[in-house]
Amino acid sequence: MHDSDKFKIPMGPQHPALKEPESFSVALRGEKILGVEIRLGYNHRGVEKACEDRTYTQDVYLIERVCGICSHSHSTCFVQAVEEIAGLAVPKRALYIRTLIAELERVHSHLLWLGVAGHEIGFDTLLMYTWRDREVVMDLLALLTGNRVNYGMNTIGGVRRDITAEQAAEVLKGMDILEERTKYYIEVATQETSIIKRLSGVGKLYYPDALKLDAVGPTARASDVDRDTRRDDPYAAYPEMAFDVITDSNSDVYGRTVVRVKELMEAYKIVRQCLKNMPDGPIAVKAPRKIPAGEAVSRYEAPRGEDMHYVKSNGTEKPERVKVRAPTLANVQAVKHMLKDRYLADMPIVIAAIDPCFSCTDRLVSVQQLDNDAHQVLTWQALHEYSIEWHRSRGTDFTALNKKLSKAIG
Amino acid sequence: MSTEENIVQELVKNFGYLENKVRLARPRRLFLDVDLAHFEEVFAYAVQKLKFSHLISITGLDEQDNLSFLYHLAQKGVMLNIKTSAPKDNPVIKTVMSYFPGAEIYERELVDLFGAKVEGLPAGNRYPLTDDWPAGEFPLRKDWKGGHSDA
Repeated sequence: MHDSDKFKIPMGPQHPALKEPESFSVALRGEKILGVEIRLGYNHRGVEKACEDRTYTQDVYLIERVCGICSHSHSTCFVQAVEEIAGLAVPKRALYIRTLIAELERVHSHLLWLGVAGHEIGFDTLLMYTWRDREVVMDLLALLTGNRVNYGMNTIGGVRRDITAEQAAEVLKGMDILEERTKYYIEVATQETSIIKRLSGVGKLYYPDALKLDAVGPTARASDVDRDTRRDDPYAAYPEMAFDVITDSNSDVYGRTVVRVKELMEAYKIVRQCLKNMPDGPIAVKAPRKIPAGEAVSRYEAPRGEDMHYVKSNGTEKPERVKVRAPTLANVQAVKHMLKDRYLADMPIVIAAIDPCFSCTDRLVSVQQLDNDAHQVLTWQALHEYSIEWHRSRGTDFTALNKKLSKAIG
Repeated sequence: MSTEENIVQELVKNFGYLENKVRLARPRRLFLDVDLAHFEEVFAYAVQKLKFSHLISITGLDEQDNLSFLYHLAQKGVMLNIKTSAPKDNPVIKTVMSYFPGAEIYERELVDLFGAKVEGLPAGNRYPLTDDWPAGEFPLRKDWKGGHSDA
């Protein structure tokens, strides 16, 4: 690692806003990545330990804050485990409402991702459009729950707010708008040659490696791994929902894009089914303050992949142990593999393509030449610009497409 | 007979000592207790023969005199949660990285937060605690109450 033509580039970990700021230490030869070391844990907050000191009800709110985007995913995953131990029969209407919020959360998350992905490759018109459209679903979440994120819908035994007919009508209107937009994005993603050219073959993760490294969610499904907790280990109202599990065999960033845009269409399908078939009735059963001794494992298909919570109770009002395994922790292992022997210029989009809980702004990239202690500090923005310029000089330029699309949608 | 019941039978048939040690908590949720001496053969059988080819995570548990480790395996929707224990004063377990390379991060978590000693875990960055975290402080052990230690 001390040859004059090799560089070691530490990236991160500064990022106060995100759940799991990661630090990637990249060894380079010229423009090629020889290997990546990952250091995680910079924002470890001790949530699991904190759960042991709080009541189950307090933990619902704490757990919801594990992630700012998948907040409903974590709270649902947690309450499901507690409800299983307590033997609570959660009313069907509550299960439908949980599923509805879950899919709206997926829509918000996937649209957000599509924008970030567009930005990372210099296709900023896509960012502007998707984030504008995302406001449709953010407004719906705020209408239904009172909040754009951290919805506070779940409680042990059900949900805390009912859905009115007027709200349901608004949601349906929003789904019509978003479905039209998404059809357009599918067209853009599958037909625009600059996107296909820029994303194809980048961040390869072949099927056996995706399995071996236990990748989850769209990252795994884009490597043809036919795995989706909503279908395989159904929870909430998913046993009654008809939807397709989207897989793709491209095994690269392009495949991950196709999987997510198509999953948006499935999400609209599920949202409509939830509203159409939602049974009447109560939205919660009363949960005991003390949960009898026992244990349960709950799984949930979050937008980024499978989330798992393990809860062990001891008969008191506080849990004995709460374990959370968020999807990014599973997928970050695969990133090392995807980056090996690739160009540094592809690093932003490869990292962004697992949709980790980070990778936007303020990220410091410190470049170090090992043999003479020369030290240079770059921002994530600088790496981003380097990446755009690198590809532009090799013929992939989104300037024309940005302009063309600006005219296509008013 | 359900898939899960078949799995229970297979396990008990091959490993007599698992009699009454495999529990079907509900459809798709199997829990299994195995002592440390027999852990590897049962784990290998579950992964290779029963095709539990997905390791979701490993949960550490502080159970008074012992540390326990719960390996969450899945075969599509069915989960097999294999639990084994080691004495807290010498909590040595073997790495499962030869079965699941991705297990590395979950095992490092057991090292940092519970003080497990994982044989065969290669040198590398720790997770999730800081590099200057004091030795012998394991936050998820029950007797660890946080705050600053002067020791």
